[in-house]
Amino acid sequence: MISAGKKSTMELLREEVESLLRIDRLPHVWCPGCGIGITLNAFLRALIRAKIDPNKTVVVSGIGCTGRAAGYVNMDSFHTTHGRAIPFAVGIKFARPELNVVVFSGDGDLFAIGGNHFVNAARRNHDILVIAVNNFTYGMTGGQHGPTTPTGAYTTTTPYGNPDRPFNIPHLAISLGAPYVARWTTYHLMQLQNSIYTALHRKGFRVIEVISQCPTVYGRRNEMKSPLEMMEYFRKFSVRKDDATFDEMELTYNGRIVVGVFRDVQGIPTYEERYNDIIRRAQK
Amino acid sequence: MKPGYYFWSGDIAAAEGAIFAGCRFYAGYPITPSSEIAERMALRLPQVGGKFIEMEDEIGSIAAIIGASWTGEKVMTATSGPGISLMNENIGLAAMTEVPIVIVNAMRGAPSTGLPTLVGQGDLMQAKWGSHGSYEIISLYPDSVQETFDLMVDAFNYAEKYRVPVLFLIDGMLAHMYEKIYVPPEDAVERIERKRPTKPPGEQLIYEPDEDLIPPMPRIGEGYKIHASGLTHNEKGYPELTPQAQERLIRRLNDKIRKHAEEIWKVEEYRTDNADVIVVAMGSNARAVRTAVDEARKEGIKAGLLRPITIWPFPYKYIEKYAVDYIVAEINYGQIYHKVKEYASGNVELLPKMGGELHTPQEILHALRRYKK
Repeated sequence: MISAGKKSTMELLREEVESLLRIDRLPHVWCPGCGIGITLNAFLRALIRAKIDPNKTVVVSGIGCTGRAAGYVNMDSFHTTHGRAIPFAVGIKFARPELNVVVFSGDGDLFAIGGNHFVNAARRNHDILVIAVNNFTYGMTGGQHGPTTPTGAYTTTTPYGNPDRPFNIPHLAISLGAPYVARWTTYHLMQLQNSIYTALHRKGFRVIEVISQCPTVYGRRNEMKSPLEMMEYFRKFSVRKDDATFDEMELTYNGRIVVGVFRDVQGIPTYEERYNDIIRRAQK
Repeated sequence: MKPGYYFWSGDIAAAEGAIFAGCRFYAGYPITPSSEIAERMALRLPQVGGKFIEMEDEIGSIAAIIGASWTGEKVMTATSGPGISLMNENIGLAAMTEVPIVIVNAMRGAPSTGLPTLVGQGDLMQAKWGSHGSYEIISLYPDSVQETFDLMVDAFNYAEKYRVPVLFLIDGMLAHMYEKIYVPPEDAVERIERKRPTKPPGEQLIYEPDEDLIPPMPRIGEGYKIHASGLTHNEKGYPELTPQAQERLIRRLNDKIRKHAEEIWKVEEYRTDNADVIVVAMGSNARAVRTAVDEARKEGIKAGLLRPITIWPFPYKYIEKYAVDYIVAEINYGQIYHKVKEYASGNVELLPKMGGELHTPQEILHALRRYKK
């Protein structure tokens, strides 16, 4: 029972989430039914639970639908150039290792135009959390195929089906030595939030791929016209398998989505920690 | 560095000058003829508590220094032709979001891979117009190892004061040329820091300019909840995609440099008094011109040298000042020539070289003899 005049836990949480949003910027640009808001909500709730100081947290985005996320968080936040969120974040983290640096961006931004930065930042193990929203398409520009579009999918630039092969993002991240690698869908609200919460307590280059619905420009060309149909797809076709093989992590056209925490190891020195040794040696 | 005399290349002087100016963060990618700057920074920055990182490419390098600059550090990267071409999109981001950065461009023979180890001056226009849109940057170009070191302090001061990218031009000759150089004591120069917010978080708008058109700059982690975007934005830093917001922002970004141009201009005027003909030359190429001017004077030709050290904003008043004929000697097929022509009242002759070598004094002298009265 909630007594009159007192706020419920839900109301308090809502207020806390709202305090982390630039309310004066709403309404946001995302389409009705888009999954980016769900992902952003999960991130903010995880941040609240983790009791991380928002004044010491930086959110960096690139360009695209997900790239607009930085514009809505009430923290130091940067909307950079297409593909360059990661190196921008690297500069911040390397200069001020005490800051929590989060890259919140989309699949095209992080893996096509920004792929080189993802690969090298992961290899160097910068202490950055990357939340990669994968909606299988370039949404902002109207639904062209991208580096994660499943083979066979229909987009505005694959009118006869996609001949291209998509990235297997967890496989890529693990092969580069990223210490925390997970994948969820926007259907997995609590698992996603828990995963971000855990990742916020880990160190190094942490990658969480979030499979997200884009009914407006992707779903409607691929037999899933409504947000609900896309969520139904995520619900029915997702399987949790933390020890999945790389082959099992592959995403296929409207096929099975293996989710889970595929890697969670601790104690790998970050680039920033290793550079502290360099400073000590240089000053000897 | 201890005050005293050293024997350094232009590249080493650029790195040491930057550290002397207060630079403590460098991100870069090796490219001839600028690689020695990265090597020197890798060696020296950790000694002074700074940070050096070799990035995966030039785009990552400039993105990293822009990010680092928001933490309050004085930052730099260095590159050459192919690398500067890659950096241009983010030079636009730094101009649009008003982030102090210094970029050294050791110009080599170009276009494309061109002449990696040899001198060129083909990036003079690109320094100003490299990124898309109408914006202003500051560009400086020294002619000696000593001036490279000294001018680095100005480069950082300008970047910090005006919150703008400074393109520090050197050339393949200057980058690799060794000369004796004097390092002054630490306190011999004035170092300018970017303006800090005077209002507390919550009250300070991130892009609210003062009367000088320059907004104070908060640092990440201070609670100001900075939002910076390459989109056209209002004084809060929020995207505002209207012609009115564009007019206000872009006009200010340009005017904050244009209205301070005379404070930024540095020009060497060598024997220009009573001259009939003045050679305009920049960087290491000006050294040959100086010799040629001396020789020409001996022959009774009233010749002089005008050397823009500030290339952008272009010091046009110095061109207007002299009612003379101009010869523009540059290692390209006509770039600054067009700026000189825009402001000169007399004839303007282009003396180009396609790249790979400087003009010889004889070539300049030969051209000057045509102006003997």
